[in-house]
Amino acid sequence: MSLARRILPCLDTDGARVVKGVHFEGLRDAGDPVELAARYDAEGADELVVLDIAASRDNRPTFLETIRRVAEQLSIPLAAGGGIRSLEDARAVVRAGADKITINTAAIENPELIRELSREFGAQAVVLAIDAKRVGSYWEVRARGGRQATGLDAQAWALRGVEMGAGEILLTSMDRDGTQSGFDITLTAAISLQVNVPVIASGGARLPQDFLEVFTQGAADAALAASIFHDELQSIRALKSFLQSNGVEVRLPC
Amino acid sequence: MKVTLIDYGAGNVTSVARAVLQLGAQVTCSHDPVEIARADRLVLPGVGHCAALITAIDSYALRQPLKEAISSGVPFLGICLGLQALYESSTEAPGLAGLGLLKGHVTRLPDGVKLPHMGWNQVHSKRGSRLLEGISPEAYFYFAHSYAAPATGAESVAACTYGTEFVAVLEQKNIFGVQFHPEKSGAPGRLLLENFLRCAA
Repeated sequence: MSLARRILPCLDTDGARVVKGVHFEGLRDAGDPVELAARYDAEGADELVVLDIAASRDNRPTFLETIRRVAEQLSIPLAAGGGIRSLEDARAVVRAGADKITINTAAIENPELIRELSREFGAQAVVLAIDAKRVGSYWEVRARGGRQATGLDAQAWALRGVEMGAGEILLTSMDRDGTQSGFDITLTAAISLQVNVPVIASGGARLPQDFLEVFTQGAADAALAASIFHDELQSIRALKSFLQSNGVEVRLPC
Repeated sequence: MKVTLIDYGAGNVTSVARAVLQLGAQVTCSHDPVEIARADRLVLPGVGHCAALITAIDSYALRQPLKEAISSGVPFLGICLGLQALYESSTEAPGLAGLGLLKGHVTRLPDGVKLPHMGWNQVHSKRGSRLLEGISPEAYFYFAHSYAAPATGAESVAACTYGTEFVAVLEQKNIFGVQFHPEKSGAPGRLLLENFLRCAA
């Protein structure tokens, strides 16, 4: 009996609708966030992540309304992010019903924001999202939805983020994202074994075997995927049964 | 049935309110000492920082009405930090006194495990529990915390082990507490809240 590994479906939204694309580009519609949220809750998702990948000021009210409607459907935790630049932005997301806030670019530009959010909402509510891309001998942190190089070393940034008060790391491999070629095990293990907070592996999930590997070899505490769940290529229930029969502790819905 | 939810202005209390509403109770969110003194049933949800919770309780002048209501037998459910606040003190809030309705100190979970203790875990029963009635012993509940109360007190009816053993569910007469978040724990969480409302009827 121990802490179960978590499976997290992720809804990338343009504010109102779920969208998907490869390497954050070529977006197409993938469904209604409220319907998907209800389906994943019933199927045994351990938590739901909702991101506003457009993250423009104009569609903020729409995104907050989406969070509110999604939160109403859920009996599991909800993490939300995309475009959170200030304590005030974070408060609005929490008031709309999110249990956790994920921050990415704003934290890179102003690491102090991590500390502010952690002080107000507690470390358990602050998820530092890191988009990492292999560059030579290290992984570089990318900002602005992967479009901007930062020169930051992902391992060093993860440590710094935790020190500043992040309670969890959402680690996306930019090399694997959208490719369905499996999680980046090396990257995940490098970060997860180094920090003392839970790490959510993201990017590249396709087969149940990919999840098994990221838990056993990648030392991930949770694993996130989007399109394989949206397109019903993989059911969460079947995935969890597979993991359990391979010795990974998971929560099977009662 | 009326439930008063103590809203001290931090974190996500909406989900607790919604979960209780869905079970058919009427919910009032309040930090008004008069309203809390008059409540029939009290729920203290808590997320965030223990010092922030205790400071808020004092700044809204809720300490006395809360202690008096609970001591006079009003059913009370503390969730997460709301459980921790029942004890005498917490290492997360040095120099601040907890409500002191239960003996003991809340301490940080040990090094050697990742903190926060975040995600779904099982609990093991120490004795008969009213809150866990009808819930499978295999059920998982959602935890998100780094501090916890020792499972050694008589009030501890179920414990969880993560780095060390700590209180997961406590019951002492009209005082109930859960370290996990029933409002985020799917069907077993719903059942637990239903059990509380039944005990508080």
